[in-house]
Amino acid sequence: MSTLTGKVAVVTGASKGIGAAIAKSLGAAGASVVVNYASSKSGADTVVDAITKAGGKAVAVAGDVSKPADAEAIIAAAIKTYGHLDILVNNSGVYEFGPLEAITPEHFHKQFDINVLGLLLVTQAAAKHLGKGGSIINIGSLVSRITPAGSSVYSATKGAVDVITGVLSLELGPKGIRVNALNPGLVETEGTHTAGFIGSDFHKEAVAKTPLGRTGQPNDIATAAVFLASDDAGWITGQLINAGGGVR
Amino acid sequence: MSKLKGKVAVVTGASKGIGAGIARQLASDGASVIVNYASDKSGADKTVAEIVKAGGKATAIGASVSEASGIETLFTQAKKIYGTVDILVNNAGVYKFAPLEAITAEDIDFMYNTNVKGLLLTSKAAVSQFPAAGGSIINIGSVASEQTPPTSSIYSSTKGAVDTITRVLAKELGPKKVRVNSVNPGPVVTEGFKSAGIEGSDFEKQMVTGTPLGRIGQPEDIATVVSFLASDDAQWITGSLLQAAGGLR
Repeated sequence: MSTLTGKVAVVTGASKGIGAAIAKSLGAAGASVVVNYASSKSGADTVVDAITKAGGKAVAVAGDVSKPADAEAIIAAAIKTYGHLDILVNNSGVYEFGPLEAITPEHFHKQFDINVLGLLLVTQAAAKHLGKGGSIINIGSLVSRITPAGSSVYSATKGAVDVITGVLSLELGPKGIRVNALNPGLVETEGTHTAGFIGSDFHKEAVAKTPLGRTGQPNDIATAAVFLASDDAGWITGQLINAGGGVR
Repeated sequence: MSKLKGKVAVVTGASKGIGAGIARQLASDGASVIVNYASDKSGADKTVAEIVKAGGKATAIGASVSEASGIETLFTQAKKIYGTVDILVNNAGVYKFAPLEAITAEDIDFMYNTNVKGLLLTSKAAVSQFPAAGGSIINIGSVASEQTPPTSSIYSSTKGAVDTITRVLAKELGPKKVRVNSVNPGPVVTEGFKSAGIEGSDFEKQMVTGTPLGRIGQPEDIATVVSFLASDDAQWITGSLLQAAGGLR
């Protein structure tokens, strides 16, 4: 696969998990990749190493997407390093679960600032540089439709991402920029291991409810992201694509 | 690209239009393709010739998916020629528009027989031939199922049924490692589109205006999406309805 030769991509939150897998796959498909990270420099460096060792091009760029200056700087780094921008993967996201009575303004803002405001700020900065053939991929989640108990804030952020995807597909379509959301179910990552999801009863139940009968892997999401980034998806915009093995 | 190397695909209704575009794309991505046609043998032969000329593998098989005997013929021959089937693209479909007062029982049977009954029975036959490693079914629906334009009650409802069948079969066949997805195109420039006089009409202008990406679809726009869904790149995607319509909703 080298369907992205000559393209430049920014992947936010790419130091580990799904973001790292997407960055590696975009790199393997021929894109030059900006591997953004908020705090894990060593994680991002590992991803950059993996891409360059495989013959690709990548650079790690620090930045907190929820800060306007950082959002601008992440995109500026792509332009400075590679000269232009074609693909933005809004992957940065945090989650924290809690029942209604446990919700606080801090819990709310922590998630909305990164998952929604941050996504908008980076997209705003990127849209100035994207043109015909540009592709924005928002990593949403199946929770926006499954709405699990105890996830009001997190699921609400992802509902907002679904809606923003639709709005921006209409807004940026006339410039030839496509905007789609890729909505994974439970994926086995460092994050879901640390959070105790993997191996839990919740996990077993999730697999039992998954028609394809296993847990999602970062690469499952990454191959779909490469498709959406490529011209093969040139006629697809405003779509929410569930990547969850059939879970609905 | 050879992401479908070694795979065998059946594309129904592939003598022209979107189906022919899908057959060409799957072949150029490495699959051996059965180019099914109901009546247009010369169209199917032309599609096969184009594929073979480009270095691909394809065979035309005449059979109507609206009849059980046609479906049996299709799969018996497919198996004889390529030994197996890994990918089924349910593309065969017919349409006819009429206001409520003008619809007839014959029109209902005409569209439901091919678009729904044929799709289900073809899927049944394909699944019985898929290898233990699984397979991929791609149903060609239409944005009409959600747009529900006036005078399309029969056609749009057949496509609504296709959306539902996609979701049901994704759950039912997931344990067999069979993925089932729909690609739902908006207006696409095909022979049918041209003969209906849409090209150059005010209706066409209106559709372009309503399409964020600002043009009418081409068969290739749909074909690349189908090829993705057929491939292992889409290994985690099943039960999805993918609108391929330039953002038209």
